[in-house]
Amino acid sequence: MQAKWKAALIWLVLAVAGFYLINELIVVGVINAFIENMLVTIGINIILATGLNLIIGFSGQFSLGHAGFMAIGAYATAIITQQISNTLGFYLSLGVGMVIAMLVAVVIGIPTLRLRGDYLAIATMGAAEIIRVVINNLKITNGAAGMYNIPALANWPTVYVFVCLTTLMIVNFARSRAGRAIQAIREDEIAAEAVGINPTKWKLAAFVMGAATAAIGGSLHAVYIQTIAPSDFGIMQSISLLIIVVLGGVGSITGTFVAAIVLGVLDTALQQFGALRMVIYALALILIMVFKPSGLLGRYEVSIKGLLERKGGHHGTTDSHEVE
Amino acid sequence: MQTFFQQVINGLSLGSIYALLALGYTMVYGIIKLINFAHGDIYMIGAFWGYYVINQYHVDFGVALVSAMAVSAILGMVIEYLAYRPLRHSPRITALITAIGVSYFLENGMSFLFGANTRNFPQVIGQARYTFFGVTITNIQLLIVAVALVLMVGLQLIVQHTRMGTAMRAVAVDQEAAELVGIDPNHIISFTFGLGSALAGAAGVLIGLYYNSIDPLMGMVPGIKAFVAAVVGGIGSIPGAAIGGFLIGLLETFVQAIGLSAYKDAAVYIVLIIILIVLPAGLLGKNVKEKV
Repeated sequence: MQAKWKAALIWLVLAVAGFYLINELIVVGVINAFIENMLVTIGINIILATGLNLIIGFSGQFSLGHAGFMAIGAYATAIITQQISNTLGFYLSLGVGMVIAMLVAVVIGIPTLRLRGDYLAIATMGAAEIIRVVINNLKITNGAAGMYNIPALANWPTVYVFVCLTTLMIVNFARSRAGRAIQAIREDEIAAEAVGINPTKWKLAAFVMGAATAAIGGSLHAVYIQTIAPSDFGIMQSISLLIIVVLGGVGSITGTFVAAIVLGVLDTALQQFGALRMVIYALALILIMVFKPSGLLGRYEVSIKGLLERKGGHHGTTDSHEVE
Repeated sequence: MQTFFQQVINGLSLGSIYALLALGYTMVYGIIKLINFAHGDIYMIGAFWGYYVINQYHVDFGVALVSAMAVSAILGMVIEYLAYRPLRHSPRITALITAIGVSYFLENGMSFLFGANTRNFPQVIGQARYTFFGVTITNIQLLIVAVALVLMVGLQLIVQHTRMGTAMRAVAVDQEAAELVGIDPNHIISFTFGLGSALAGAAGVLIGLYYNSIDPLMGMVPGIKAFVAAVVGGIGSIPGAAIGGFLIGLLETFVQAIGLSAYKDAAVYIVLIIILIVLPAGLLGKNVKEKV
C-alpha cells in the first residue's frame, strides 16, 4: 500500500479511537460536564485557530480580524435557527454563514491584502471592528443586547467531527499545489511572482479559506454557548486566537492543537484563583514567549507518513513531497 | 456655525490626548518595529498615579502631572528591559504577543490590587467656562491643548536638536550602522520607551481631569485608537502622529455630533482603511519601495 494511504488510514483510526476514548470516559464518569465543556471550548478554539494559522503561518499575512468572520458565522446560525430550530436549520445556517463570511473576506481582502505586516494587521482589525459595529446596530441581530435562547443543536461529537473535518481541509490545502504557492509567497513574494504565482489570488484564497473556518467556529460557538453578543467578537477575541497560533508555533498545525489544549486546560485550572486568574495567565504568556520565542513547537508537525517512510527505509523525503 | 466651532474645540481636546499617546506608539514602532500594546495601559497607570498623589498627598496639578510622567517613564523602561529586550532578535510577532501579555498583566494586576470599579478623578482645578461668540471653552480644555502642544514641541526639540535625539534617529534608520559609530542601541531604545511612556502618563492625568473618571481598563480603546492615529499620520513620523491624533479626535467628535455616535468607532476604522489603501505609508510617512 502506498505510504500516503497507509498514513491516511492510521489518522482515520486515530480519530475514531479518540472519539471512542472520550465517549468511554464520559460514560465512566471521568469526564464530567465541567471537563466536557472545557473540551468543547478547546475544540472550537482549534477550529478557529487552525484557520488563522493558515492565514498567518502558511500565507504569512498578519490578520487580526478573525473574530469578525467568527461573528458572521455565529449570527447566521443564531438568526436562521430561530426560524428553523432543528439540525437541518443548523447545517443550513452553517453553510449560509460560511458563504457570507467568504464573500465578506473577498470584499475586505482585495483592498487590504495589498498591505503588509503590521499595516495589514491593523486594517483587518479595523475591518472586523466595522463588522462588529454593524452587527451592534442592526435590528435583525438584536443590537448590543445580543441573541439568546439559541437552540442547543451541537454537542461534543458535532464539535469533534468538525475539528477533524476542518483540520483535514486545512492540512490538505496547505500541502496542495495551492498551499505550496502560498508558502512561496510567504517566503518571497517577488520571487514567487517571478515564477508565475499570482500573489493576490493565492493570498486571497488563504484569507477566504481562513474566513470560512472562522464562520464554522462561530456557528458552533453560537449553538453550544446558546447566547451571543457583539462584545464577544471584539479585538480581544481576535487576539486570543492569535495567541493560540503564536504560542503553538506560527505555521505548525500540531502546535495550534497543543497551544489550544494547553491554554484551555490552563484557563480551567486557573478558575479557582478568581481575580488572580488573568494575572497568572498574562505572566505565563510573557514567560513562555520570552523563553520560547518560536512558540511551543516552532514549525514542527507530527507526520505519520514521515514516520512510516523513516521506518520503511524510503529515502528521506519530507512529508510535503509526493511519494510515487 | 457655532456648533461647528464647538465641536472643533471638543475634537481638539480629545485629539490632544490621542496625539500624546500616538507619539509614544510612533517612536517605539519607528525604532524597534513593535506595536507596543501595553502603551495604553501605561496611560492608565499615569492616570491612577495622578489620582493617588492628589488624593493622598494633596499635591497640585503640576506636581501630579510631572510625577506621573516620571513614574510612567520608569515603568516603560522597566517593561522594555524585562519583557522586550530578551526578544530583540526574535520574530516580531513574538514580541507583539509579549506586549499583549504585558497589557493583560497591567490591566488585571491593577484590577486585582485596586478593584475594577470606576472612580472619580479628583478635580484639582476648579472648572471655569469662557464663552466667545457663543462657543464655550473650559479652562481644562485649554489646559489639555496647551500641555499637549508644549510636550509635543519639547519632544520635537529633543529628537531634532539633542545628541540623544540624533542617536534615536540613527538607531531608527539603521541599528547596525548606529552601533558602528558608537551608539548603544539598548540605551537609546530604553530612552525612547521612557520618553513615549512619559507622554502617555501625562495624557492619563489630563484625561482623568477631562472625563473625571478612571478605571483599570480605560487604556484599551484609546490605546488602539491612538495606534490608528499613528498609522494614519505615518508611522515613525512625530509630526504625523500629532496630526493623526488631532484628525482622529476631530473625526470622532464630528461623527458623534451628526447623531451617528453608534458608528463613531467604525468611522475611525473606515478612514484608516481608506488612508492605508490610498497612502500605504500614512499621511507623512516615507514610502519605501521594495527591491528584489
